[in-house]
Amino acid sequence: MSHYQIEANNITFIYPDGHQALKDISFTLSQRESIGIIGANGAGKSTLLLLLLGILFPNEGTISVGGLPVTKKTLPHIREKIGLAFQNPDDQLFMTTVYDDVAFGPRNYKLNEDEVEKRVVQALEIVGILHLKTRAPYKLSGGEKRAAAIASVLSMHPDILILDEPTNALDPKSRRRLINLLSTFNHPKIIATHDLDMLFNLCERTIILKDGQIMADGLTTDLLADETLMTLCNLEVPLSIQNCSTCTYKHML
Amino acid sequence: MVNIAEALDNIRLLDALGEEKSTVHALHPLAKLFVTLVFLIIVISFSKHEISALLPMVLFPTIIITLADLPVLPLMKRVLIVLPLVIGIGIFNPLLDHRPMVSLGAITLSYGWISFISIMIKCLLTVITSLILIATTGMTNIALALRKLKVPKIFVLQLLLTYRYITVLMEEVILTTTAYALRSSGIKGIHFKHWGSLLGQLLIRTIDRAQRVYTSMCCRGFDGNYNTGTMPTLVAKDYIFMLFWTLFFIITRSFNLPMLLGTILTGVYP
Ligand SMILES: Nc1ncnc2c1ncn2[C@@H]1O[C@H](COP(=O)(O)OP(=O)(O)OP(=O)(O)O)[C@@H](O)[C@H]1O
Ligand SMILES: [Mg+2]
Repeated sequence: MSHYQIEANNITFIYPDGHQALKDISFTLSQRESIGIIGANGAGKSTLLLLLLGILFPNEGTISVGGLPVTKKTLPHIREKIGLAFQNPDDQLFMTTVYDDVAFGPRNYKLNEDEVEKRVVQALEIVGILHLKTRAPYKLSGGEKRAAAIASVLSMHPDILILDEPTNALDPKSRRRLINLLSTFNHPKIIATHDLDMLFNLCERTIILKDGQIMADGLTTDLLADETLMTLCNLEVPLSIQNCSTCTYKHML
Repeated sequence: MVNIAEALDNIRLLDALGEEKSTVHALHPLAKLFVTLVFLIIVISFSKHEISALLPMVLFPTIIITLADLPVLPLMKRVLIVLPLVIGIGIFNPLLDHRPMVSLGAITLSYGWISFISIMIKCLLTVITSLILIATTGMTNIALALRKLKVPKIFVLQLLLTYRYITVLMEEVILTTTAYALRSSGIKGIHFKHWGSLLGQLLIRTIDRAQRVYTSMCCRGFDGNYNTGTMPTLVAKDYIFMLFWTLFFIITRSFNLPMLLGTILTGVYP
């Protein structure tokens, strides 16, 4: 068995309409590592995540998760290991109450109802929406839906957490709470995001995608500060580390 | 322009009602499903020229609606949706069958009209009772009960996903038409030139979305069995509920209750 949690070898993916979304992607994710994936809109972040869970299959190349190759046969095992929060929470919430939605995963694994309740309450508390548990998901605000979707993944206690733009639509306080939570989560994570400040807090390593290709793979602090690279990939150096003249000026004072 | 919040709320009304609490909601899903099935079978089994004998069956939906505290008007609105269909099915009876059956003073009702009315009553009764079942039990619980009755997984799944798909479809319709209205400055309705592209969009979007919802279910260990927590066991009140209504239906079917009551009260034997 390999010691990598996720191993992707030379994957290429072409959408049925002929659009090539990923070209020759290779990377590994080891135990306890967290990777951030950034890139402009349409760079291929979401597509890559869908490939890791076997929701899409690569045209070329192989992917393995926890030593298992991702194939139709191994899907149930793979999906038990990985928890994925979709980019659009509406895709993830389909039951009549938030509680049932968060309980959906644990119940599918045939846990007894006490254990299910424990997990649901815990997951809802973590994302701070326990008070919404009897509400219908479609009646929530965008951020509340996001929180519920993340809770529905957390309640499954996955080995690997994959999040597609988790802080999108969260208010500052919920965003902070989620970041704190994720930093205490000791399992490997992959986070696709435009929230570069969050990456600083959570991921030591970052992969930058551009037009379906890996442009850079390295330490977050190095990559995000590299202005030429960031501009090349249609990104911006985050404000927190930009050499802004006002701050430099203040420093001089 | 449609009011989005209201429209969305309407779509989910049955779901929302299914989450309410009442004596009827508290009954075991299996008991309600069973009684509803018996009701449907008995209603359908009445001959097509029977009206008076059918009338006591109205008691069942009426009593359940009252006990479960269901809003009558929104339910009726949903029943009305199938009305054109029912009229379509029944309308040929009065045209084809002119034999006179009963005379009420100057008016003579033909066999055709009687069977038309009977079809209408049967259809409305079956539709409203099915709606009541959903509104007092919730689709997921019904699915669970069906599985308990050993209905094959594939059929139950089909039912559940179709039910979900309708919601998804309606939501997309509302969002799309709203987006259209917002950008078509005051034009009422949708210009026919845009029907094709809009419909195509809608179809693709809903299929896409349904696919994604299904995927996310699979990602959370969905294997075709909807697990909605522990199914309670049947208790005394469930058995009483089943026994009472089944008996009532069978008696109604076997004797013409209104006529019986009439003869007892008036003392006139036919
Ligand atoms: N179902 C699809 N069919 C065809 N092409 C698609 C499909 N989904 C996405 N694409 C294309 O694949 C490319 C990658 O899309 P993807 O969703 O992975 O981008 P992303 O990096 O997640 O972008 P964003 O930051 O906007 O979420 C885009 O150019 C997009 O147009
Ligand atoms: Mg994306």
